[in-house]
Amino acid sequence: MNLTEKSKFENFKFSKENSFLIDNILKKYPANQLGSAVMPLLDLAMRQCNGWIPEAAMKEVGRLINIPFIKVYEVATFYSMFNLKPIGKYFIQFCTTTPCWLNGSDDLLEACKKYLKIKCGETTEDGLFTLKEVECLGACVNAPMVQINDDYFEDLNKTNLIKLLNDLKNENKVKIGTQIIGRRGAEPFKNMEKNKNA
Amino acid sequence: MIKLKVNNKEVEVPEGATVMQACEAAGEEIPRFCYHERLSIAGNCRMCLVEVEKSPKPVASCAMPVADDMVIKTNTEKVEKARKGVMEFLLINHPLDCPICDQGGECDLQDQSLYFGKSTSRYEDTKRAVEDKNFGPLIKTVMTRCIHCTRCVRFMDEVAGTHELGAINRGEGMEIMAAIEGGITSELSGNIIDLCPVGALTSKPYAFTARSWELNHNNSIDISDAVGSNIRIDEFNGEIKRILPRENDKINQEWLSDKGRFFYDGLSNQRLDKPFYKKSSKLVPCDWSLALKIIVEKLKLTNPDNVAAVSGALTDIETMYTAKEFFKNINVNNIDCRFNLSNIPTSNASDWLFNSGIENIDKIDKLFVIGCDPRREAAVLNSRIRQRWLTGNLDILSLCTPNDLSYKFKSLGDDISSLCNITVQNNIKRFFENSKFPMVILGDSILTSKQGENIHNLVKIICQDLNIIRSDWNGFNVLNKYASRIGGLSVGFVPYDGGMSALNIKNSLKDSKLKILFLIEADDFDVNIKDLKNAFVIYIGHHGDRYAGSSDIVLPTTAFTEKKSLFVNLEGRPQFTKKITSNLGKAVDAWKIFKALDQKISDKIKFNNHSELLKSIFENYPSISNIGNYVAQKWIKTNKKKVLLTSEKNNFNTNNFYQTCSISRSSENMANCVKTILKSKKVKDEFI
Repeated sequence: MNLTEKSKFENFKFSKENSFLIDNILKKYPANQLGSAVMPLLDLAMRQCNGWIPEAAMKEVGRLINIPFIKVYEVATFYSMFNLKPIGKYFIQFCTTTPCWLNGSDDLLEACKKYLKIKCGETTEDGLFTLKEVECLGACVNAPMVQINDDYFEDLNKTNLIKLLNDLKNENKVKIGTQIIGRRGAEPFKNMEKNKNA
Repeated sequence: MIKLKVNNKEVEVPEGATVMQACEAAGEEIPRFCYHERLSIAGNCRMCLVEVEKSPKPVASCAMPVADDMVIKTNTEKVEKARKGVMEFLLINHPLDCPICDQGGECDLQDQSLYFGKSTSRYEDTKRAVEDKNFGPLIKTVMTRCIHCTRCVRFMDEVAGTHELGAINRGEGMEIMAAIEGGITSELSGNIIDLCPVGALTSKPYAFTARSWELNHNNSIDISDAVGSNIRIDEFNGEIKRILPRENDKINQEWLSDKGRFFYDGLSNQRLDKPFYKKSSKLVPCDWSLALKIIVEKLKLTNPDNVAAVSGALTDIETMYTAKEFFKNINVNNIDCRFNLSNIPTSNASDWLFNSGIENIDKIDKLFVIGCDPRREAAVLNSRIRQRWLTGNLDILSLCTPNDLSYKFKSLGDDISSLCNITVQNNIKRFFENSKFPMVILGDSILTSKQGENIHNLVKIICQDLNIIRSDWNGFNVLNKYASRIGGLSVGFVPYDGGMSALNIKNSLKDSKLKILFLIEADDFDVNIKDLKNAFVIYIGHHGDRYAGSSDIVLPTTAFTEKKSLFVNLEGRPQFTKKITSNLGKAVDAWKIFKALDQKISDKIKFNNHSELLKSIFENYPSISNIGNYVAQKWIKTNKKKVLLTSEKNNFNTNNFYQTCSISRSSENMANCVKTILKSKKVKDEFI
């Protein structure tokens, strides 16, 4: 992160669009319980700051919903899905829970690390990729899978994973969802055969 | 009331009580770490598990409300096993370093592991270690010992009102952390040391100076402010090791301000241990007889009208009473205990007392705070207001106060003269409408203004007009900040028969009219130090603080831990301090100096020892004879007319909480607080 970008985060203010969204979020809570809105607001702040929450943003959130900074900080540190450090352009959340693990996620993760030349929790030198190992993301039927930013990429194997990373790097168009050509969503493989035959 | 059975014993508890309270009513002791009577319920330590019939699992008794016909068992094998399991988990990451832990000997975890702990550990992995945090110069942290009961976090949120602590991360990674590194700013932060059930938070100044079982416990009272908090002073080898609060629901509940808790190291710095007299502009040590001889000769040669005496923030009643008798006998009427130049009226007790009583803060429904900073002048009392405010239905109005009083209020601004403004008056009138227990707190701080008397009178009139004073309720309260003040006013250590007040003494000193000035521990007397050269100054006190060096005679006295002495708190509640350590060098109790002087001049004072002195005080001032209790004082209506106030701005924002008396100014602990906390405060305020 360069200096100008850093100072941008030191004086955090919500953008106009987000302020509008916040007004609508706050309407959902009783006026004296605005503190309940801490999580949606932190999410908005994280989106506005390229995927992480600087301290200034936490202060701003606390100010908006009238709770002390430390209470916002407690929430932000409790949930692992809030990033408190800057991340790369593509935030890869690698699922390694049982179903994915049974389908070879360990090998895939190793391949991914080797390809990106980083360990879990690190960002590549060009600032493009951040890799993180996470627990089950609920897409077991398409295991193994990763989440990159807001999208799921499923049915991975070594070839299509490396291709996916390469495409992202070169800003080529990528297919969201299952990476097996011919499979629709989470449909059984048997169906896939049938569809092929039909 | 709800009836239920605890271990086959029938008990009755009020609705909404918890299972733990029911067990206690049945005489069963329940082990606990996170539960505390004065904090909200967290239910996260799981140590208080009990068995409830029809419940498949043991339940946490602190968080479980009682229901009719519950059958609770606390002595079954299941309960025992559950608690042992919890204890084993708590000890997994605990360092077990009791031999080098200051909490050792008074540690809840240590005590309870005696009953529920295994003798050996089954845990073979590496233990977790947590980095220590910087909680400032008063609190030492050893975070690896923390069991995450969150008592400290809840205390900061609920009682202290500064949201400085939090539990960050989760599970194995959970840590207690301050909002910003560098120290906790709250005036009540020391209490989290007492609350911590393990050795994670201990006292920094006390660290490794004694073991808890060697200490001698002495009950005394706090004189760092006028609240009169009950304290326990722990002494070892003739040295004061620490000060802890003592439970008294009528005054301080079980809290104590940081100043009262940590200023004790000032008692061993800068002390005066022998008399001095000035010989060719240098103070040289001498013996008592010479010092007294010089004073007596001086007094005999001087017109009594040119003699004055001012008492200070820590002066006890015995001294002021004896001094008053002495000065009366030599026709000196320029005596005053209002060393801060306050214009508080001196004739009726109800004019200077906290009439409603501290305890009754718990039931007020409207509060108007005028001209003071309760958070720093009476920290414990302020936290009581906050606790009342947290329970809801309390509206607070303020005028001339800082804006960080730890509760929300509507401010009328910083200008005291707005009390005369019609719209403001109507607002106040509307504010107090239909109030059952209205309270007005008028600060002694604002009474130091030149129009102090008029302010006092105006507030009195407002109280009378708005039905704040009734036969069953007196809502007019004065917030005094010095431990000695109420005592001085009670025994009449004030100018009489046209004598000069502290302000006039100051002016007369400036004009070189005054010949002899007695400063009785009066280091806070608001006077230019250069003016002291204009008179013969006799300093009587225990610290070489501000004025001792500029005096002509210095007489050493004992501090509050070296004598049994009487203090009256802001409600008018008399209480004794206790003699704990021996006198330092040639120091004597201050009242004995005046007794000796009297013997040499008029010889009219009859009492010869402390008990005779007390008898004499109680005979003359029966209202302060009931130790530990106070009597509601009769309200004397004011007949004086309203005087229009001139505009004067003040918000008492710049108060130095940590250094207000000679002891606290000599204390290194307090100096460290000023250095680290007050200076970094601005940065912090925006975080909290």
